[in-house]
Amino acid sequence: MAVMHEAAHEEHKLGFLQRYVFSQDHKIIGIQYMMTSLFMAAVGGVLAMLIRMELGWPGARWGLAKWLFPGGFTGDGTLKPDFYLAVVTMHGSIMIFFVLTTALSGGFGNFLIPLTIGARDMAFPFMNMLSYWLYPPAIVVLLASFFVAGGAPNAGWTAYPPLSALYNPATGTGLAAPGSGLGQSLWLVSLAILIVSFLFGSLNYITTVLQLRTRGMSMGRMPLVTWAQFTTAILMLLSFPVLFAAVVMLLFDRHLGTSFFVPSGLVVGGQLVTHQGGNPLLWQHLFWFLGHPEVYVLILPPMGIVSEILAVHGRKPIFGYKAMVASICAIAFLSFLVWGHHMFTSGMNPLVGTAFMVTTLAIAIPSAVKTFNWVATLWRARIHFTPAMLFAIGFVSLFVTGGLTGIFLGSPAVDVYFQDTFFVVAHFHFVMASAALFGLFGGLYHWFPKMFGRMMDERLGKLHFWLTFVGIYATFFPMHFLGMAGEPRRYYSPQMYDFLRGLSGLNMFVSLAAFGLGLAQLIFAYNFIRSLFRGPKAEGNPWHANTLEWQADSPPPHGNWGATLPTVHRWPYDYSVPGATEDYIPQTVPVTAAVVAGGALHHPVQGGAPDEPPTTDLNSA
Amino acid sequence: MAEIPAATGERRTGRLLASLIVVMIVFGGVGMTLLARRYWWLLPVASAHGVDVDRLIYTTFVVTGIVFVLVHILIAAFVWRFGARGTERAAYWHDDRTLELTYTLVPAAVLVTLISMGAVVWARVHGPAPADSMVVEVRGEQFGWLFRYPGPDGIFGRVDPARISPKDNPMGLDPADPASADDLVTRELHLAVNRPVRVRIRSKDVLHSFFIPAFRVKQDAVPGMTVEIWFTPTREGTYEIACAELCGIGHYIMRGKVMVESADAVQTWLAQQSH
Amino acid sequence: MPAPTRTLERPPSARDPGTPAIGGRGPDGTGGDALAGTPATTPARIAVWLLVGAITVLFAAFTSTYLVRRGEADWRVGPLPPVLWVTTGVLLGSSVALEGARRHARRGEMAGLRTWLTVTTLLGLAFLAGQLLAWRQLVAAGVYLSSYPHSSFFYLLTGAHGLHLAGGIGALLYAVRRAPAAATAAAALDVADPVAAYWHFLTGLWIYLFVILFAL
Repeated sequence: MAVMHEAAHEEHKLGFLQRYVFSQDHKIIGIQYMMTSLFMAAVGGVLAMLIRMELGWPGARWGLAKWLFPGGFTGDGTLKPDFYLAVVTMHGSIMIFFVLTTALSGGFGNFLIPLTIGARDMAFPFMNMLSYWLYPPAIVVLLASFFVAGGAPNAGWTAYPPLSALYNPATGTGLAAPGSGLGQSLWLVSLAILIVSFLFGSLNYITTVLQLRTRGMSMGRMPLVTWAQFTTAILMLLSFPVLFAAVVMLLFDRHLGTSFFVPSGLVVGGQLVTHQGGNPLLWQHLFWFLGHPEVYVLILPPMGIVSEILAVHGRKPIFGYKAMVASICAIAFLSFLVWGHHMFTSGMNPLVGTAFMVTTLAIAIPSAVKTFNWVATLWRARIHFTPAMLFAIGFVSLFVTGGLTGIFLGSPAVDVYFQDTFFVVAHFHFVMASAALFGLFGGLYHWFPKMFGRMMDERLGKLHFWLTFVGIYATFFPMHFLGMAGEPRRYYSPQMYDFLRGLSGLNMFVSLAAFGLGLAQLIFAYNFIRSLFRGPKAEGNPWHANTLEWQADSPPPHGNWGATLPTVHRWPYDYSVPGATEDYIPQTVPVTAAVVAGGALHHPVQGGAPDEPPTTDLNSA
Repeated sequence: MAEIPAATGERRTGRLLASLIVVMIVFGGVGMTLLARRYWWLLPVASAHGVDVDRLIYTTFVVTGIVFVLVHILIAAFVWRFGARGTERAAYWHDDRTLELTYTLVPAAVLVTLISMGAVVWARVHGPAPADSMVVEVRGEQFGWLFRYPGPDGIFGRVDPARISPKDNPMGLDPADPASADDLVTRELHLAVNRPVRVRIRSKDVLHSFFIPAFRVKQDAVPGMTVEIWFTPTREGTYEIACAELCGIGHYIMRGKVMVESADAVQTWLAQQSH
Repeated sequence: MPAPTRTLERPPSARDPGTPAIGGRGPDGTGGDALAGTPATTPARIAVWLLVGAITVLFAAFTSTYLVRRGEADWRVGPLPPVLWVTTGVLLGSSVALEGARRHARRGEMAGLRTWLTVTTLLGLAFLAGQLLAWRQLVAAGVYLSSYPHSSFFYLLTGAHGLHLAGGIGALLYAVRRAPAAATAAAALDVADPVAAYWHFLTGLWIYLFVILFAL
């Protein structure tokens, strides 16, 4: 009882600032991450609309946009080419690093890891708070790049030097592109800050999972969502330092006169560049050594989320739990060995290309296993088509579509044609962006009651799903054919080429679909905000789920569990067990005390299970 | 089992989703592909290795297309059939060694086949160039392409970036090197039909990518490096060269032209250029 | 839960040896209540190894570019500031001193622990001062950050290592305050061990950097 007393006391003592702003509670930090990420998603989404405006109607005049983005449009309302590239760069950077990574890993990871393993909080709550509070400064620095000389960076989210490296200190703008001025430096600094934030986070996640699992919660009983977060944290810990190294070296090249990535003898704008002796391919290797694991950082957490949702809303155990865990680990391991498939056309040794083809297509095998396991989970399920479930099923479809196009790109001879065309854009928007987004939406609809203690509106959620699902396919599926026809990505206008002229109709269609997709997200925004304040109160376990977080209150109190930690007696997927009265048996129900026909256990922990939970726990020490 | 509340309306939603998957994804996807074959497709192939690449693309297309349709039909069927109804329970079925092994090994076998086919084509594309190949240098710059023929001596003269001047010496040829005297620098690329050509790709400033869609050729121009590829144009005509690596604000206007013509016509053109 | 139910603690069927337990037939769920979560170690001990892993990757990235770059034709190695031999010795000495501190901690001799931790910290500070001196010597010799690739890498790698070592000194200062104040030898080691793991890693890292910068 002492523990609860202390926890309650502490909660009472904390002021508003410590409770909701500089909070060390993993749930608040998770929600902070989520809210900030959703805000950034809106920013990134608006940028996407700008891209589609330009590509649908190249060179058109947009009277209104001129007023909204004064620097980005000419006097007569056409988008400037350098602003277009800035928008493309920022859309990618924001969506990848500042929305999907932060929402899926920072948001769900923080909220779910301690709850699903029966811990009171993270292993290092203060470091956890620091991790979040590095994120807003990173956003400020990133967005500030729009307002400096030369504007936001032009070099794409991959920031390949020398384009991104050549800087003119006299004017503050870039030598090879306007945005390679101060804006590019701010972009690099912002990423460096964010990487430190991610490292604090992942250090915390791994330690927490290894150290703070409650009694009975062996690794083999962890829900898949926790397994995915755990593996993702390992990926982040081992890949982001590489990007950090690259960022530092590029900053040195830009401001301190070193030449890590800039070779000798460049002539830019009629001037001989003074740098000498660097190699631009080194950046590509470092960048993609992070960049490819990063793709899995974005997709593993949704895979975990979807596995939970399919089981809970399908009222059926996830199929092939061990294979699911094994494939998560296999994907994570292989993701470190495939970075070269982004560089098939960079002039690397063809034999190395063959090696990367083998590893790349090998990673398709665990991905296929996961897909078929999800499909098998649907077989003879009892599916409740909640918004969460719809998004989870949508995720499987998007992942299949995007994964299959990856087979084209993994084969170097084919990739040579598709590299840097809209086929690639279509591919990663399916497999990484849309699928990850569906995981995010599914997770939000599923865990919203636990996060905020209220239910989201189901009808609006379904409407949101139908429009988003159709919108995603209408937007991104035709892009495959733009790529088939050879349209390169990052073109301000495809109209300069004869072979691309026939694509303007298709481009317009894609843009219209994208606008519809964007508008449909307003339904989500409305539903989300309205439900925060007006949603009906949620019970502790509205979906009748087994995992530990649903055995706590909604929302869980500070310290999560009251006086005693829960004890775990079974794996998380005992749904529709034959002979049991309910169609779910929470992890806290002892196997011996399981339910027979005509009898059920109300609250297992109170019921005095044979093995008493430990009375003290690490967090309170 | 009265504890499980009877489901209402779930089957209707399931059937709606299943129909959407079939209509939009299966019919829509296949239909759009057929439409795309007519309007938005690969340019007709105009190089020797491009035929192999296209065959690989089509094979992959068929294989992935079949999987795409099958998996979606499977999802649609399950969604159609297994929506919650009444108090019917789900099956407590969570492992099947044979099934799992099957869908690990079958994709693995398919992928090994695709890998082998891909490796053969890739090795052929990057195999040694035939001895009778013509040689030409391509240099990317913001925002255009420059070409250099080695002249009768067959040797490219030394270049020096410090000597580059846009009007008189765009390539930066070093007159001190005798080999550079007969080098021919042009803004257009002329190639002989059915004669293999070795292309040395360089860059003056930032990364570019030398992309000829009709030839299925794409190679990054990396500053500080010279990358060599080879291919054989097989059809006379004029083709477009695009830049496929972001190189600055003029990335989208970095258009070049390659003329494939008879060997005699190329010789005549070269002779005209040197005067 | 809607329907009225009765609670069955141990249903007779489940106690029956022949009858399988209900549910829990998933992996690891057959009733064996394996007790995980009995911590064998402290969070800090795990975290320090994770930190070491991340820093290893960071330096692997730096030095892999270095190793690629030095394979090129125009490579030349800059002068070796002699003071680096001294700093290398000092850093090795600090690791030895830290082991001395831990030996005292194991025996519960808190005064000795404090002394040796302090010695370690002072040697660490001496190392940093020596590295700065090496930079000054190079600058005096006209070798700057941007002079040539080897010099760029020299300043980058020594600087990055120095920053991490400065963090290590912060950890040592924490240990000087906290470890000797601990009630038991085990509690003192809970503080000292993670710091020692980090510090020894940095010593090893420096040897590696020293070797690839000048000996290869």
